[in-house]
Amino acid sequence: MAVVSSGRVVGSWRAAWLRVEGHWTWYRRYWRSNLYSSGLQPLLYLLAMGIGFGSQVEPGPATGGLSYVHYVAPALLVAGAVQYAVGESTYPVLSGFKWQKDFIAVTSTPVTAGQVLGGQLIWVAIRLVLSGVVYLLIAWPFGAWLNAGAIAVVLVGAVTGMACAAPLMAIAATTYDEGSRFTSIFRFIVMPMLLFAGTFFPIEQIPAAIRWLAWISPLWHGNELARGVTLGGLDLLPALGHLAFLAALFAAGGLAARHCFYRRLVV
Amino acid sequence: MVEAKALVKRFGEFEAVRGIDLHVRKGEAFGFLGPNGAGKSSTMRMIACVSPRSDGELTVLGMDPDREGPRVRARLGVVPQQDNLDTELTVRQNLQVYGRYFGLSRAHVRRKAVELMEFAQLTERADDEVEPLSGGMKRRLTIARSLVNDPELLLLDEPTTGLDPQARHLLWDRLFRLKSAGVTLIVTTHYMDEAEQLCDRLVVMDGGRVVAEGSPAELIARYSTREVLELRFAPGDQEAAVARVTDLGERVEVLPDRILLYTATGEAALEQAHGRGVRPLSSLVRRSTLEDVFLRLTGRTLVD
Ligand SMILES: Nc1ncnc2c1ncn2[C@@H]1O[C@H](COP(=O)(O)OP(=O)(O)OP(=O)(O)O)[C@@H](O)[C@H]1O
Ligand SMILES: [Mg+2]
Repeated sequence: MAVVSSGRVVGSWRAAWLRVEGHWTWYRRYWRSNLYSSGLQPLLYLLAMGIGFGSQVEPGPATGGLSYVHYVAPALLVAGAVQYAVGESTYPVLSGFKWQKDFIAVTSTPVTAGQVLGGQLIWVAIRLVLSGVVYLLIAWPFGAWLNAGAIAVVLVGAVTGMACAAPLMAIAATTYDEGSRFTSIFRFIVMPMLLFAGTFFPIEQIPAAIRWLAWISPLWHGNELARGVTLGGLDLLPALGHLAFLAALFAAGGLAARHCFYRRLVV
Repeated sequence: MVEAKALVKRFGEFEAVRGIDLHVRKGEAFGFLGPNGAGKSSTMRMIACVSPRSDGELTVLGMDPDREGPRVRARLGVVPQQDNLDTELTVRQNLQVYGRYFGLSRAHVRRKAVELMEFAQLTERADDEVEPLSGGMKRRLTIARSLVNDPELLLLDEPTTGLDPQARHLLWDRLFRLKSAGVTLIVTTHYMDEAEQLCDRLVVMDGGRVVAEGSPAELIARYSTREVLELRFAPGDQEAAVARVTDLGERVEVLPDRILLYTATGEAALEQAHGRGVRPLSSLVRRSTLEDVFLRLTGRTLVD
């Protein structure tokens, strides 16, 4: 008797999308707690920093003559996106290799390691947009937004988050222990970046000698773009520069991650 | 279905598979029997097109895994040694999501999931999360999942490890059914009874090499006698007894806890031993099994 398998190979984009579908199946079971925490944290920051602390800040040249809440709200969205992206590209990715092992399960189907990575990146991007929209809506009644440019801030947040997600996935794919290096990355890279990369105050306040640290941080480029699209005051050329930096980081990180995913999954 | 010549798998300097030849025919049940670290899983992973070969030739379903991995995998079913189910999804969702990766439509995987849960006797747990299921249930689900694309070749890496006897027999029955439906099976195991029950043909692996090949009956006929007499002694008595019974069998194996005498008629040998005043604590006459073949070939027991 001849058996004819019903299985077939699907195209790369479709395969990545099927991974998204798989994640979505999981998300549908857990979305409440997820969306809650992803929208809540930036909101707490907005209340404490934008409205609480901001009430003590005079609009001045540093804030572009704007009230502090308007100055900080777009950057908080981007900073939230970066944190979220970092979270989603570290432990959950390591788990795919090590604990849950879903990457190993999936690569024994026609889906390849590169498509698994693609699915993972798309999935993070979708969730960045979703949580950005949640923050956008929650911050609205607090008067955080000046104009419809705020909608573009969500996209800036997603782009900045992805620029962080891609290289971190490469790092996660080369992590074999329980992920102790993620704690260091959080402590020594992400936290300082959140505090000093122009989210709460302009980087001109940082001593010139170490200002380059802000320049090479994706969050600063994201913050500049985010303020540019909703508050104005950003010329086209610098805007393209910021975008190019983020795109380059994403591309380099993505290529490295691809290499590391294959190295880890095809042994 | 599978052709291998001088197949090698290296991990760095270490050679896990050291040049093996295989020929698996359509519709047969083929087995890998061997102790821990023999290289069974490494070989299975190469056949499953998830692990590139280091050297030698390999064709699976007529294709080269290096070049057409996804196309081969589309038609394979794989049960890995370690379960890798999505424990945060339900039984049904595990089957449906996995099926989608084979390009199957939503309606198709919905239907298929129902059929497979029936097959694996998991229908009652259909919408329960996988995490709290028992080890045996998870194993059954992994096996059900491997069938979602109606594979032509099913690779099972120690499918029944961790199952209770009843679940093992249930699984064997399911595998027989698949085989009679025309599915080619490749099974690794270190249970001799499983190999004898399931496999038309098998290879015995040890230290990355194939040390023997044939049907279970052939292997037993070639490497062992019809019967085996096992003698157990009180601690300290065994050594003295060995010398007195050695010539009673064609071959003798001395294990830490017993003596095995290989002979055509175990009863006769036992009588002779008694005649010589050998007084074992207990004795047993049994037919030869693959365990004896393995012992003969490698000088070691399969399961310690
Ligand atoms: N990814 C790997 N990296 C390094 N060594 C490996 C790797 N996978 C397997 N090995 C080594 O290869 C050898 C054969 O392993 P393999 O898993 O193929 O054995 P096995 O016959 O399946 O054993 P078991 O019955 O324990 O499952 C072992 O010594 C193992 O340590
Ligand atoms: Mg193994």
